[in-house]
Amino acid sequence: MAKLEVNDLTLAYGKTTVIDTMSFSVSKGEVLGLIGPNGSGKSTLIKAVSHVITPRSGRVILDSKDISMIHRSELARLLAVVPQTPILPSSFSAFEIVLMGRNPHLGLLRYESENDMEITYRAMERTATLPFAERRIGELSGGEIQRIVIARALAQQTEVILLDEPTANLDINHQLEILDLIKSLCTLNHLTVIITLHDLNLAAQYCDRLVLIKTGQVHAQGTPEEVITTDNIREVYGTDNCVYTHPVNGRPTVLLQAGGSRNGNLNRNNKPE
Amino acid sequence: MLKNATGSLTPNSMRNIRPHWRGRVYAIAGLSIAVIVVVAVATTIGSVEIPIFTTLRILLSQLPFIDFSPDWTGSTETILLNIRLPRIILAGLIGAALAVAGATYQGLFRNPLADPYLIGAAQGAALGAVIGFLLPVEFSAMGFGLIPILAFTGAVVSVAVVYILARVGKTVPVTTLILAGVALGALWGSIYSYLIIISGDKIHGIIFWVMGSFSLSKWSEVGVVLPYVAIGIIVILLYSRSLNIMQLDEEQAKQLGVNVERTKLILLAAATLITAAAVSFVGTIGFVGIIIPHAVRLIWGPDHRFLLPLSVLSGAIFLILADLIARTVMSPTEIPIGIITAICGVPFFLYLLRRRKGIVYF
Repeated sequence: MAKLEVNDLTLAYGKTTVIDTMSFSVSKGEVLGLIGPNGSGKSTLIKAVSHVITPRSGRVILDSKDISMIHRSELARLLAVVPQTPILPSSFSAFEIVLMGRNPHLGLLRYESENDMEITYRAMERTATLPFAERRIGELSGGEIQRIVIARALAQQTEVILLDEPTANLDINHQLEILDLIKSLCTLNHLTVIITLHDLNLAAQYCDRLVLIKTGQVHAQGTPEEVITTDNIREVYGTDNCVYTHPVNGRPTVLLQAGGSRNGNLNRNNKPE
Repeated sequence: MLKNATGSLTPNSMRNIRPHWRGRVYAIAGLSIAVIVVVAVATTIGSVEIPIFTTLRILLSQLPFIDFSPDWTGSTETILLNIRLPRIILAGLIGAALAVAGATYQGLFRNPLADPYLIGAAQGAALGAVIGFLLPVEFSAMGFGLIPILAFTGAVVSVAVVYILARVGKTVPVTTLILAGVALGALWGSIYSYLIIISGDKIHGIIFWVMGSFSLSKWSEVGVVLPYVAIGIIVILLYSRSLNIMQLDEEQAKQLGVNVERTKLILLAAATLITAAAVSFVGTIGFVGIIIPHAVRLIWGPDHRFLLPLSVLSGAIFLILADLIARTVMSPTEIPIGIITAICGVPFFLYLLRRRKGIVYF
């Protein structure tokens, strides 16, 4: 049974429809990747699934309950979000920010217990953020802040995590570390993950299934092999002839070459056969 | 030693990372004692010299089960209990109120310049008070004149209008709230400036009110201000962890389980009520709401669970001392307290600022 379902969801800002009657579902322990060009509505979708914005029509179902019927603090114990370029108060320490992940588990006037501290250490250990736990947010780099926010989502101890471009600010080593961590949590703890990625190669490597979004609609969904094809990539991104097979594990791989875009037509004649 | 391949080996020392709670708890205890000491010291000082031991015995004899054979005169007791003490208690209450309201507004608006008057409370109160000065009617309810009642009403109505104007659909964005507040505040300001110009011989009283004064404080006023301030502070303290979470943007706060719009409304209402109660009797005292929370933040950090109670205590101490200076330095003439809070508060604040080498994290 699906852990989380999106049913005929339509999202709009004013008169502009961003997501148009979209449906997909994720099962427990699965990593679902949302891919698509800039402005295709991926981040808006993440906001709707975490009930930050209200859909124009359609529903998001978590554990067969409509999320708009779930109390906000209850929802925060079930579903955590790692936002894209989060705003954090610069005077708080990294540790205090990760500790905020325990907020939905605490009652009014309660302080974090020893157990909450332990959960926070573990989350920071896994994301390699302990070395700068006592530094202020204002002193940290973009990549460090990214990992702090991922640690905060882990400290929430939810069954579902939504990640919006979690690897955007990270170097290649930290990209792999974070995605390996998320993947292992899915395998070992049956965490359910929805992740937006603009790096199609990482999406192909780490996601069990992909939803390819074009201007607010599902263009294709399925396994990476079914979704990342030369035709789909050309139809959605306009980039031609760039899908290859990974030499080691056979997953689809996108390799770009100069002059491959629409603006590269002038060079096309010089292409070696 | 070989380096761990994954780099994830955590030395035990890392496990000792703790939020710095203990020191802050000691600070709350220390400042609580300091409040009592400051009240006791402030009651002994004044135009009539009363020795500190006499003061202490008079104060203690008011407590049940404690009796001293009085070796002081009745007038000494009257000066102490009915003139100085209500004034000092009122100053402490209002210092606490303005400081905690300032800290709340700064947290709510995520804006270091926010103070209790940012969204129109002060201008509304001042307009109400000026109208009270000018109305040719004699009116009193429960022993209070028209001015405090109109000032209180002005502050509450002004913020309520700002809140309604700032609504966008079901939400009240912080930016629209500040802009609507500043705009309406300017409107009230221009109206009361005009009223002051045409006020004739009442101008002295009005200006003294606007700058703030405790000179006519009575126990009955303490009785009116206390419930508002106490209830307001309790409500704000209940929401202090939510206020921490709201230092993130509103989206993240929602995703961490905070009911953002409800929290905003409750905190705004609580902070506005205590501001209105505070200014209605003593006028719009500036600087306390900005300087005290920032000083506390510089010393003890940004966690609202400590920032708010520490602001309550520091604000009380600061305003009691400022009022002590206001009434003794040029005795028998009184200086408006707003002048003292600026002259004494600003250098101290700048010292704290420079001690951190100008690095301010908000």
